[in-house]
Formats: sequence, structure tokens, C-alpha cells
Amino acid sequence: MSIFEYAPAPESQAVVTIEPEYGLFINGKFINGKRHFPTVNPANGKKLSSISQASVADVNKAVIAARTAYVKVWSKMAPAERAKYLYRIARIMQERAREFAVLETLDNGKPIRESRDVDVPLAAAHFFYHAGWADKLQYAGFGENPKPHGVVGQIIPWNFPLLMLAWKVAPALATGNTVVLKPAESTSLTALLFAQVCQQAGLPAGVVNIVTGDGAVGAAIVNHPDIDKIAFTGSTEVGKIIARSVAVSGKSVTLELGGKGANIVFEDAAIDEAVEGIVNGIFFNQGHVCCAGSRLLIQEGIHDEVIEKLKHRMSQIRVGDPMDKNTDLGAINSGEQLSKIKELAASGVAEGAEIWSPNCALPDKGFWFAPTIFSGVTQAHRIAREEIFGPVLSILTFRTPAEAIEKANNTPFGLSAGIWSEKGSRILWASKHLQAGVIWANTFNKFDPTSPFGGYKESGWGREGGRHGLSAYLASGKAGK
Amino acid sequence: MATAKTPRIDVMKTYKLFINGQFPRSESGRVYEVKSGTTFIANPSQASRKDLRDAVVAARAAQPGWAKATAYNRGQILYRIAEVLEGRTAQFVEEICLLEKVTPAQAKLQVGTSIDRWVWYAGWADKIASVFGATNPVAGPYYNFTIPEPMGVVGILAPEKPSLLGLIDSLAPVLVSGNSAVLVASQSAPLPAISFSEVLATSDLPAGVCNILTGFKDELAPWMASHMDINAMDISGIAAKSQPALRVAGAHNLKRISSFTSVATPERITAFLEAKTVWHPIGV
Repeated sequence: MSIFEYAPAPESQAVVTIEPEYGLFINGKFINGKRHFPTVNPANGKKLSSISQASVADVNKAVIAARTAYVKVWSKMAPAERAKYLYRIARIMQERAREFAVLETLDNGKPIRESRDVDVPLAAAHFFYHAGWADKLQYAGFGENPKPHGVVGQIIPWNFPLLMLAWKVAPALATGNTVVLKPAESTSLTALLFAQVCQQAGLPAGVVNIVTGDGAVGAAIVNHPDIDKIAFTGSTEVGKIIARSVAVSGKSVTLELGGKGANIVFEDAAIDEAVEGIVNGIFFNQGHVCCAGSRLLIQEGIHDEVIEKLKHRMSQIRVGDPMDKNTDLGAINSGEQLSKIKELAASGVAEGAEIWSPNCALPDKGFWFAPTIFSGVTQAHRIAREEIFGPVLSILTFRTPAEAIEKANNTPFGLSAGIWSEKGSRILWASKHLQAGVIWANTFNKFDPTSPFGGYKESGWGREGGRHGLSAYLASGKAGK
Repeated sequence: MATAKTPRIDVMKTYKLFINGQFPRSESGRVYEVKSGTTFIANPSQASRKDLRDAVVAARAAQPGWAKATAYNRGQILYRIAEVLEGRTAQFVEEICLLEKVTPAQAKLQVGTSIDRWVWYAGWADKIASVFGATNPVAGPYYNFTIPEPMGVVGILAPEKPSLLGLIDSLAPVLVSGNSAVLVASQSAPLPAISFSEVLATSDLPAGVCNILTGFKDELAPWMASHMDINAMDISGIAAKSQPALRVAGAHNLKRISSFTSVATPERITAFLEAKTVWHPIGV
């Protein structure tokens, strides 16, 4: 029972205009596709708009536009001028931030508080950060005259639609490449709004092209002979397919894939802070986060205390209308994803782990899953090995720090890990031994354009962000090749 | 009765594999004949898939300790290898002359270049983190830094020629950051690689950090590429037309697979590094 009841505080939708139908953004113009598919609001299942399904011919047109823009305009432009376009884009995104946030929440189902405070400001920050690199690449440590690849094909997921676009497009443009980008099938709207931003910024036609549609569009990009580099964020399964495709074509590639991040709570941790971090680690963005802290490792002596406090904290989580500014946990992005989460949660019960969720009412319509924890999980359970990509936490225990590290690293993934301890030397020791590209100590799920992000092992190839991220888009500094 | 004075007969060497600091024969019992022209030179081991797997087990076990050694210590051990190599120059010159059909001057140049290059890489050991790491000015009250770390176990398919220098160009940048290695030597000129393993064995390099196999590269390469406990590969020693198939096989566990044309560049070091970024709040 909460002390205060929250009155509804819905964000207004009036700030956005959603067209009934959207075209593809090719060579600076919107071109209507021959076929369309619906995009729905996952919070209520209602159709928001119709999105064009790009054909192979459309992808080809986009690649030709990108190649032409690269050869005739973008590669000839002085880097300092190129930078100004990125600065313009960053500024327009900030100006239209409310619009982006509302549209993102409507299309994705994430709470407006997160799209407003995390996704959109970080997306703008990525453009602002990379803008400054455009005319300083010779000092980045990749040789005196680093060169772009040319045309870059980029395929992004549905969990952070605009933010992933920014992670991909900003460094690609800053380093002098042109782009053909495919947003995820279920979340195209903010990418199409971004196309309008490119128009407002006066970005030369063809520098950014956006082709919407299903996996066939992605395959057409990956296999297109005139694309020089592929950047993909998504599942490890698809990442491996792409890795095999480019093995033959010789394209450069970076992959940002799945994870099964261990969040380790040592017995000397500040427990209340750790509980906040656990909640943030797994319930941020409904757990639709590749770097989520989806495996909680608790040192045995504090197990019961942590679980009790975690359950109490989870009982305060407000699940429901993503447009409500008080909402903590929004809608699952699609029916397909909801089925996957349900199937894996059922396997957890079937394999003998103990399931618990707070008593929370879920809306009747749309796609919803209550915040859920499993205790008594062993390393052999599917819910300890497979990425659930939902608000489901698997809890394991350990006795010694060495056992914590061994369990944390016992996965083919290696994207993120969390450490909760008040002892500095233990934090540095653990961070040294954890096989993960990003380690959050006494915090979790923090992102910044200056901070390289990416995985060890089967969590991907290369890094995004920071100086390290630039190498993915420079021919002289190939990552994962 | 007096014995007639006869010329001394050489003691011929049995050329074996180098796994976990020891010199076993191939478990398969196989050898292959290496000749110089028509002259028999040696019967080196023809390593099997099982030998490869044993070598990976040794490399995996040795890697954390090697990575944990201080960069200063790694640099000194690698430099020690150059010292021991220098003292055995004549032996390498002889082996290279026999198998690569080059003049003694050319062979001597190869050995000298190999030693110098090894020293160049050894000196990188305690500079890698400074040059390729970063502190990142994130927009918030956090201390954030990125450190380079070794990838783990690296498989190397060394070039046929130059047999010693090619091996060193591939091996040194892998070991210097704390990776362990399983290397398949030049098939046609394997003797320098085997002699190099004797250098390693007498240079304080911990057992298992570098394992050297001789045999048929085409036979071993696919097993190496599909091995699930190898993190990365340098396939510079494989013909370009054979490389895509290895990359396809390596995608099974998303191996980081590289092939280089450049020599003595930091790129060959960074290709076998992961970047790890650590965040911690700043507060009182």
C-alpha cells in the first residue's frame, strides 16, 4: 500500500501530428512505397499509422542516392562544414524534443519519463558530441589521414529507436560516410521524424536515407554490393547471420548484440542503493535492454534482506499508461516479444525456480508483463542463460568473490555487468575480472556519447561511442575485422 | 686392434610440437617429410584436431595468469625472448637457408629483423593502456574510464614465408597485451617455428601461453575457426581465397578474425584487444 495515491498525469499528444501513411526517405524526399504495414501503439493495440515496406529496388535506390551523395557532396565537403550539419541536427532535435519523446512513447510503449529524460536528450547529445569530431579525426589516433568507408548500411532495433539511430548515424556522418538506415519494423516513426529534421537542417539529399520494413529490407542492405560497411544492433542470432554474410563479401562490420548481464551485490554493499540499482538494471525500458542486469548475483549472507527490500521496492513500481508521467514500467513492445517473455518465464517455473511479482493490475488492451523475479535460479536454467529481453530478473547466489566472477562470466555473452560494494579495491578487482564491455559499479544503465559501449564474446564486434567508436566508421581503424 | 678413424655422425633432432611448455609428439603419431630440394631434412609432427584442442586447453588455462602479470613483467619476459633468440641466430639462419632457398645474408637479415621486431612489440607492453585507453568526460557525476584488455585465446595461422619473421609478426602483437596463442607454423618451413618454441621454453614465458603446432594448415584451419573456446584469430598466413570459409566458421562464436598486410603497426595489437568501460559515481 503506497502512502500517496498518484493522480493521472498524462502527457499531451497534441504536440505530434501522425500522418496516416509514411513513405521511404530516399535522396532527401519521402517516396511512398508500394506496400504498407501498420505500426501500432503497444499500450493499447491501436494502429498509429501505415509504414512503407521497402522493396529490394527501393533499397537499391537508397544505396544509389547514398553513393551519389558520398561521391559528389559529402566526401568533398570540408570537415568543419560537415560538422555544422551535425550541430544543426543536434539543435533541432533539442528544439523538437517533446515531439520526439511523445512519438517514441506512442510507438514503442516506453514510459514518457524515460523517452523524455533519457532517449531523446541522449540522442541529441550523440549528434552534438560527434559533430565536434568531424574536423579532428586526424587527432583521434587512427592515423594522420583516416578515411571513411563510403556508404554505410545500418540496421537498428526497436528498444531505443531514436537513440540507436543517433548512435549509428551521428558517428557515420561525422567520419564522412553516407547512410542507408533501416529502423525496426515496429518502431519506424521517430526515424521518419528524424528524416524531417534532416530536411529542416538542409542536410544534402542522399546523405541519410531511411528505408522501413521487415527483415527482408535488412537482408537487402547486408547483401547489397555497393554498401561498404554494416552496423547492426539486435539479436546475437541475426548478428551471426550477418557475420556469415559479410565473411564472403568482405564488408566491414560492427555488431552490438545480446547480453545476460550479471549484477553482483557483495555483502558490504549499500543495500538500499543496490536495490535501486537492481530495479533500474532490469526494469528500465521494460527490460528491453541488451545490457540489462538480468542475472542478479547476491552474496549469501544478505540474500534474504536484499530479496525482502527488492520485493518491497517492486511493489511501488507503477505499471501502466506509458504517456502518464508517473509511470515506471510501460508496455511490452509487441505481441511477438510478449510471447517470448511468457515462454521463457514459463520455462523458469517448469524448471523449478520460484516466481514472484507484485500485485499490480495490468491494462486490458495492449501488451503487458508484470515486473517479475525468479529466485532459486541455477546456472543451468534457461532463464539464467537466455536473454529474456523483458522485465524478468533471475536471482542466483554466491559465497566468495571468486565464485561471483565465475558465475558472472559463465555465459557466451559479455556486454555488461554491475558491481555493488563499498570497498574500492574489491570493485576494481571485480571489474578487472568480469568479461564485459561495460561495467557499472554502484550504478547501472548509464550511457553517454563519450563512453564506449559494446561487448566481449558473443555480445558483438566493436564499440560505439567515444574515441573507440569512431574506428568502426574509419577504413584505417577497422573493428572486429 | 685399432679402429679406423671415421667422421663423427650428427645427432639428428626429433622435431615435435610445443604444447603447455612441453614437447609432445602428435597424439595421432603422424609425421610429414620436410625436404630441402631432394635432401631429407626432418619428420616434423603432423598435428591433429586433438592436438589443437589440447593446445587450446593449455592456452585457456595459462591466459588469465599471463594477463594478470604486470605489463612491466610481460615486457621483460618478451624482451628476454629476444635475448635468447639473438644468441641462437646461427641456428635460425641455417634452418631458413635450408627451407626457404635464400642466401645466408638474406636469412641473417630475416633473423635480425625478427629480433628487432620482437623487441619493438615487447616495448609496447606497458604503453598499450596509456595509448589505447581513455578517461571519458561523461555528462554526469561519474568517473568513467576505458581500458584495453586481451581477448583471451588467439589462434594464429602463420605465413609460409618468411617462416620466422612471419611467425613473429603474428605472435608478438598477440602475446604482448596478455593473450595466449595457439599457432600453426609454416607448413613448408616448420623448423624455425620449432626452434623458436625452444627459445620460448627457455625464456620464462609461462607454460601454455604460446603453443606451436606443425602440420597441414588446410587440415587444422577449419577446426581452429570452429573451435568454441578460441576468441580471435590471425589468418594472415592463409590464402585470400580460403579466408571467407574460415570467417564463416568463426561466426559460430563470433570470433574476431583478422588478416593483415601491414607489419609492425599498433593495429596488429589493437585487433586483439577488447575495450572495457567502467563507471563509478563520484560523491562524498
